[in-house]
Order: sequence, then structure tokens, then C-alpha cells
Amino acid sequence: MLILTCPYCGVNAEETELHPGGEAHLARIGPNGTDDEFEAYLFARKNAKGVHFERWRHAYGCGKWFLAARCTATLQVFGTYRAQTPHPPADIVEAIRKARPDWTPDWTPAEGTAE
Amino acid sequence: MPDTPRAGRYSVFAIAREALRQHTGWKRAWASPEPKARYKVIVVGAGGHGLATAYYLGKNFGITDVAVIEKGWLGGGNTGRNTTIIRSNYLQDPSAALYEKARSLYENLSQDLNYNIMFSPRGLIMLAQTEHEIRGYKRTVYANNLQGVATEWLDPQQLKAKVPIINLDGPRYPVLGGLYQARGGTARHDAVAWGYARACSDMGMHIIQNCEVTGVETEAGQVRAVNTSKGRIGCDKLAIVVAGHSSQLAEMAGFRLPIESVALQALVSEPIKPCMDVVVMANTVHGYMSQSDKGEMVIGGGTDGFNNFTQRGSWQHVEETVRALIETFPMISRLKMLRQWGGIVDMTGDRSPILSTTPVGGIFVNCGWGTGGFKAIPGSGWAMAELVAKGTPGPLAADFGLNRFREGRFIDESVAAGVAH
Repeated sequence: MLILTCPYCGVNAEETELHPGGEAHLARIGPNGTDDEFEAYLFARKNAKGVHFERWRHAYGCGKWFLAARCTATLQVFGTYRAQTPHPPADIVEAIRKARPDWTPDWTPAEGTAE
Repeated sequence: MPDTPRAGRYSVFAIAREALRQHTGWKRAWASPEPKARYKVIVVGAGGHGLATAYYLGKNFGITDVAVIEKGWLGGGNTGRNTTIIRSNYLQDPSAALYEKARSLYENLSQDLNYNIMFSPRGLIMLAQTEHEIRGYKRTVYANNLQGVATEWLDPQQLKAKVPIINLDGPRYPVLGGLYQARGGTARHDAVAWGYARACSDMGMHIIQNCEVTGVETEAGQVRAVNTSKGRIGCDKLAIVVAGHSSQLAEMAGFRLPIESVALQALVSEPIKPCMDVVVMANTVHGYMSQSDKGEMVIGGGTDGFNNFTQRGSWQHVEETVRALIETFPMISRLKMLRQWGGIVDMTGDRSPILSTTPVGGIFVNCGWGTGGFKAIPGSGWAMAELVAKGTPGPLAADFGLNRFREGRFIDESVAAGVAH
């Protein structure tokens, strides 16, 4: 059974207390986007076998949306973090690198930005 | 191992002949050759859908220079992990056409393949347990009758007559009626894969197991070859039919799919005497049950809601499924469960499959069957073979292209058919 720690209320919640919300960090496409970009934003998913960033809601708890870094091949959880960030924070990246040395982020982590 | 065993026809005479010589003359049902350097068509995935695609490529289009390559063993993925239910009572016209094609092919599949797939058209009931389901299923009955799919509405008493072990007045989910498809039923899932494999092998196709695809080679937007754990294999056309790992194969070929992979699980009880001779599905409570020929109650449940590639499933889904079924079938409350397992299913947003050309020339995908692919195997293979052979979809596959997402033409069975389908 999957257990995630809600970063807002600190509760170790098991999966029946949570509601999954799919892939995280999707860049919203605005009015100037092309059809291709909009289609990709709406439907195309990484569906990674391995490190995956995803949205969860602490549905039967504080009710807030948060994000989790998890391995879809083993169900190992690397950490959870608040949703107000365009990319996973440094401590999550560090935790993933420790557990998966050959994993590389597919974004450019900005130096010195706050979470 | 010799690579052309040519198993010979199975018949009552073959059994009599073998009985006289102590069953020493049976040959392997299919060959296990080493891959050639090049094939006209490579099908990735030797599950039911992949093998059926290869079979109808040979049977309907005369294309036999085909290899079916498989990472694990034949039929070891979702083909061997489903609950073997066959039905075609779908609401939307494109779905009803495709699934009814499959169901009708299942009727003669044993004769067609000369392999007993144990098709058992025992009838199938979807329970209505809320007022909304009554309305939804009556609408499906009307739609099915216009589509040429024979289904009917059962009131609670008719339903009780067909399923004596059912409890009509559960406190939480009373049984208010049901959608009945008399020609639905079950089949032996392994035998479907084995039968197709044997027929493909007899046509001279190569079935290559333990051969994992590690890369797809393209040149100027056209597929050239696949790299595998048994080396590079060239091809003119590539059919990706790999269910839960469709996104991974697509990534190798350089495009993304509107697919997310989740775990779906099932369990079986200890064998008991015959007690239920129809398939019963209860979509409100995410549970479905049938009795296998061995006497086990075969129970399927809901999917995990999160992306998952572990073929396990979660305990709370077992609890949820069994809790709901016990209310409807009180007599199973003391049954011991023998086995539980999971399979990785490929879910699309509209819960309908994808049979499509792709951004790469010569590559075709057949995926997105989600939680209900087994019932569709023959129809899926039939439509996919036409797509691969001609390069453009025929009438069965036309509505299931990838472009439906871009164009907003969803085949919205997620709303129409509920969860379990």
C-alpha cells in the first residue's frame, strides 16, 4: 500500500486517504500556443516507467493538492512537496539522484531559485 | 530446436492415432526460430492482439513474412491475466461495431484456428444498482438493438431466475435490474494466444520470445529496423501492440501517446461446485464475477488510480471489490481466495482503444484497450491487420485513430460504459 506524507499537514497518509491527479508540472499552453502544443498539453503523457512526478490531493485530510516524486516501476517514494513550484525542488532531485544514480532531470534546474 | 514443427491438424482421429502410440507423436504447437535479418512486418508483442494481428495479416492479406517478437513469453502479459470476459454491449457505434466483430469471430475461432479456445457463450449480465444505471443500461439496450447487437433489459425477478445466488435487496446497493447479453461469455484466455500462435507458425511466421525491443531505428521519418536483445531486425512496417508498455515503445520511436499505465487486478477463489452459469458485472461497486470450468470464482476489480508498472495491484482494491460482491452474493463470504495478481493496462482519456498510424511512417499502434482488451482480440487483430496491410484504416478502425484527440472526436465509453469494460 502506497503511503505518502502530505507536505502541508504532515500526515503520513495511505492511498485510500488520497486522490491521484496524474502527471505533474504540465506547462499550461496559452492562447498563443499552436494546435500541436495544445494537443500535447491536453493528452500526451510521459507515462514514465521509473521516476515520475505526479499530483495528489489529500482528499480525506487537509484537502490540498500536493506533488510526489515516485518510481512507477517499484513504487518507491522519493518524496513529496508543495504544488507551488514549476519544477521539483532541490532536495527531491537530490533524493532521486541518490536512489537512481543514472537518472537525469529533463528540465534545467535553475540555481538559487526558491521553491 | 527444428524451426518448422508443423503440428498437424488436431482432430478426433489425431487423438485416436496418438492414443495407439502412447501420445509420442504430438509435436510442438509453434516453432521457436532465431530471427532473420529482415521481415516485411514486425509485430511487437506476442499477446492476443499482436498474434491476432499477425494471423489476419496472413489470412486476409496473404502477408506471411512476419515476425512477432515478445519480451517475455507468449501470452504472459495481460492475455494471461484478464478475467476472460467476452461481450459487445457498448453504447457508442464505433465501439459496438468493433467489439461485436470480435465477439462474432470468437464464435467460430476454435474451428478457424483448429484449436479449442473453450468459447463459452454463457450469457452476461451487467447489474443496475442505482436509478442512473437503470436509465443508462436501458439506453444501451436501445442503442444495441439499433446496432445489431442482441441485448435485453432484465427486471429483478428475471435476473434472480438466471442468477439464483444473487441477493436482490442489499441494503446499500440493491439490484434493480440488469443489461443482459445472451451471446456474451468467456473463453480460455491462454488458448486464444496459443491457438493464434500455432496458426501463425503454420503460415511460416516467426514467433520470437524472450526478445526485448531496446530501440526503434528510423530514417527520414520512416521505420527501418528494431534493435532487440537478439540483435537488429530490419522491417518495412512495424506494429506496436504492447498494451501497458505502449508509451515506452512510442518513446523509442520518438513520439508520445495519450496513454497512462495503471495496474488492474483480479483474484480467484478456491474451486466450488457449479453455482453461477452466467457472467455478472457490477459496475457501481467495481466488481465482476464468473465461475471458471474448474469451479473457481473469478473476480475482477477496479484499477489503481495512479501510474504503475508493478504487476501487483493494491490490497485495498481487493478489499473494496470483495466487500461489494459479498453484499450482492452473500454465499461467497466464506470462500477462501487462492490467487491474486495484477496486469498493467494502458488507459486512454476516453477509455477507447487506439488503432492508428503514427507520426513515423510505417509504424502503427494498437493500444489503449485499457481494462477490457481480451474480449476484443479477434476484432482488434482483424482491424489492425487491415491498417498495417493497406497503410490506412478500414471501416472498423477508422474512428479509433490518434487524431480523434486532436479533433475532439472522443469515443466516450468512460461515460457510456462505466468503469469496468
